[in-house]
Amino acid sequence: MRPSDPQTLHAFAGFQTLLYKEVLRFWKVSFQTVAAPVLTALLYLVVFSHALAAHVQAFPGVTYVQFLVPGLAMMSMLQNAFANSSSSLIQSKITGNIVFILLPPLAPAELFLAYLLASIVRAVVVGAGVFAATVWMIPVPLEHPLWVIAFGLVGSALLGTLGIIAGIWAEKFDQIAAFQNFVVLPLTFLAGVFYSIHSLPPVWQWVSRLNPFFYAIDGFRYGFFGQSDVSPWASLAFASAAFAALSLFTLYLLRRGYKLRH
Amino acid sequence: MIAVEARGVHKRFGAVRALAGVSLAVERGEFFGLLGPNGAGKTTLISALGGLALADEGSLAVMGHDVERDYRNARRSLGIVPQEIVFDPFFTVRETLTIQSGYFGLRANDAWIDELLERLALASKANANMRSLSGGMKRRVMVAQALVHRPPVIVLDEPTAGVDVELRQTLWTFIRELNAAGHTIVLTTHYLEEAQELCTRIAMMRDGRIVALDSTANLLAEFSERVLRVKLEGCELPEALAAKAEREEGGWWRIPVEDMAHVEGALARLREAGATVASLEVAEPELEEVFVKIMRRERAAE
Repeated sequence: MRPSDPQTLHAFAGFQTLLYKEVLRFWKVSFQTVAAPVLTALLYLVVFSHALAAHVQAFPGVTYVQFLVPGLAMMSMLQNAFANSSSSLIQSKITGNIVFILLPPLAPAELFLAYLLASIVRAVVVGAGVFAATVWMIPVPLEHPLWVIAFGLVGSALLGTLGIIAGIWAEKFDQIAAFQNFVVLPLTFLAGVFYSIHSLPPVWQWVSRLNPFFYAIDGFRYGFFGQSDVSPWASLAFASAAFAALSLFTLYLLRRGYKLRH
Repeated sequence: MIAVEARGVHKRFGAVRALAGVSLAVERGEFFGLLGPNGAGKTTLISALGGLALADEGSLAVMGHDVERDYRNARRSLGIVPQEIVFDPFFTVRETLTIQSGYFGLRANDAWIDELLERLALASKANANMRSLSGGMKRRVMVAQALVHRPPVIVLDEPTAGVDVELRQTLWTFIRELNAAGHTIVLTTHYLEEAQELCTRIAMMRDGRIVALDSTANLLAEFSERVLRVKLEGCELPEALAAKAEREEGGWWRIPVEDMAHVEGALARLREAGATVASLEVAEPELEEVFVKIMRRERAAE
């Protein structure tokens, strides 16, 4: 071999390979990364529907258990989108194999898109798993499939991006866990997974409207029931704006090499 | 053509000054050694070259491509074998190399990957998971990873630490062939005999600065010498030789000699004086001596 020997370079191969590697990474351990979150969602469904079915009426003509299914599916998608990018980055940083991604000629946008899309793929697989596991017992209408797709993608993209930021920032697994427990979990639980925000006191309704996760869940639910707390267009606008802002911030961090290139 | 160039590179990590104005140029096709004690800044310099660290001041280029402004071409031209053994436990050896090729924009790279596996004695482990490999094997996979894109500049940061003797030879045979085929090699190692044998030019670093930079031959000529060591039985060293000689432990005499003709001369003197030689050896100049002398000189200059 000589250094001058011809080689065919493919412009998108770097990005595609990183995306493939990121998908393969969670797929090789799908028992933990897909089956486990589906089981968790089912447990929530059983417990909450049993405890609350008699007390909560969210939308007219929709049973509480039906109301719960899309919310739980979206919650699982959000959490897994976050988990995918954040855990991949922190593992690579701690084990040191991040150098194999930093040494090649990958542009910041390629890194961002590959981690982002892998997170979305995992979220969609988990979301589909939740529906596949529940549809036999709890039939849920599907009024506007395009809204379901739109919010499924925007919601997972939002959390996938947040996961990248957390993965870049964190230096230890504890810090990722803290981010997950003190930011992601409260924001998803308070985003109306288990209730309609109309059942809340006005102050808390107002607070909920500051939470971008709320729009993702509310809009997602609109796609199934044709009913929601706020207009799906407004939800899409808010969720997309939050995603765009986080994306720009992530690209800025990657260009600077923040905590990756010292 | 210059393969690697550093100009006035400074780098601090908090209070630690890792690089304090490093400038050097490695010509294309050289086998270049970067030596120095731990903490001298060798790895930081390599990291800055690969974009793993960002220089505070100064600039670096690989094959004429600035590592920050033209990072894509710079990184395509560079293959770094990092010092720490790192691997991705999710994948097999072949998957690892296929993925690494893809990162560099290469799709159908199997022929070269097969050759790398063969040359680095990894063929039988191609489908083994990275976790199951020994330390030496993991390091050879890292060498293969650095070579998947056939970079014109190959940087090896202590590649033989923890690799057994036979495999070390396998590795050097391969790297020498790559060098003969036109690849520029930059090597750091703590095994100075390895550096002496392989490198045509050497830079020595200490405290983030380059303290010596010359061809291996010049460094050896300036700082080390060929010596004849003799141990005599029941007699003293003849006067003609005693002037230049030094006494060493264990009854040895150390006599500097320029070349083998001088060895002949010294032996003739011993014979003429009727001395009985109990033991005798000729010690060639050693890079280790050069290294120790230069580091001592630098310490004294502080």
